[in-house]
Amino acid sequence: MKRRLTTTLMILMAALMVHAEVKPGDDAISFSLKNVDGSTVSLSDYSDQKGVILVFTCNPCPFAKAYEQRIIQLDHKFAEQGFPVVAINPNDPELSPEDSYESMKARAAEREYPFPYLKDETQEIYKAYGATRTPHIFLLKNDGGEFKVAYVGAIDDNAMDASSVSQRYLEKAIGAIMSGESIEPAYTKAVGCTIKSKA
Amino acid sequence: MMSRVLLLTAAAWWFTGAAAQQIREIDREGIVQLSRLSNDTTYVINFWATWCSPCVKEIGYFETLHRKYAGDKVQVVLVSLDFPNQVNRRVIPFLEEKKITAPVRLVTELDYNSWIDQVDPAWSGALPATLILHKDKRIFMEKELTENELFEHVEQILN
Repeated sequence: MKRRLTTTLMILMAALMVHAEVKPGDDAISFSLKNVDGSTVSLSDYSDQKGVILVFTCNPCPFAKAYEQRIIQLDHKFAEQGFPVVAINPNDPELSPEDSYESMKARAAEREYPFPYLKDETQEIYKAYGATRTPHIFLLKNDGGEFKVAYVGAIDDNAMDASSVSQRYLEKAIGAIMSGESIEPAYTKAVGCTIKSKA
Repeated sequence: MMSRVLLLTAAAWWFTGAAAQQIREIDREGIVQLSRLSNDTTYVINFWATWCSPCVKEIGYFETLHRKYAGDKVQVVLVSLDFPNQVNRRVIPFLEEKKITAPVRLVTELDYNSWIDQVDPAWSGALPATLILHKDKRIFMEKELTENELFEHVEQILN
């Protein structure tokens, strides 16, 4: 009886974990993933930075493509201010062949990504963060050596056209961290492509 | 005589309506109104895009639903989240190829954050998503549906 209850509880917890999304204020989840240059990149490598712009993105999604240049510009602008971009590709290449490690390498080289582009091979990291779409932003803030989630959501309010943006949610959040103000909004929603996963 | 003319006009309207796909635009206010409809008609509102592969897989089921229940107080609305600059190049050819006759609305408000919660607070923003409305009943699903699932939900709400 007790075992059955424990099993039920465990299943319930697993089900909850699948749908959980880290929220602003939560501890960031550490990761160690393979980069397109063959090296392994970990969140702890960034402990001397003020924060990390963590982006779940991919190769073929039109929203990811529409934001690609803006993500590159974000790194150009904020890496030297202590907020570098780290991109993670969460898609299962069996379901989305254009997201294979080889295709990622090609894309990163062709577009000259100034940031690491990591493969979430086991798909555990995107699930732990609760990312649901590409691109999906998790801005992490260095809080005395430990990373905390500061902002979750969209980069800005116009995916199609960078010149028509009126709200730069992510830049505003970084600005608030730098000036020590509270982030408003710390959570936004956005449309994007679903992350491709068999389970 | 008069009724025959009317009947012919109605038939002509129905046939041309069925043959040509008319895409209308929908803004924030339109989406909010659509998501709050509450009357005798059952509204089946599917949020989709040509670039979303699970959406492409299930769109035929919505078309089947639209044809099966035509005139039966079931109204299917396909709300496209394709970028407005992709309509001629992607959306129209896609609808023609799939022979979609159900009404299509193209979202013009690209600040998604300003209306996603109005459709349903549970929606993360991932596609596809489907909203079924009938009087005070409301079903929201953020996932790909099978044909059976879709029809079961509609029949359940009708009975």
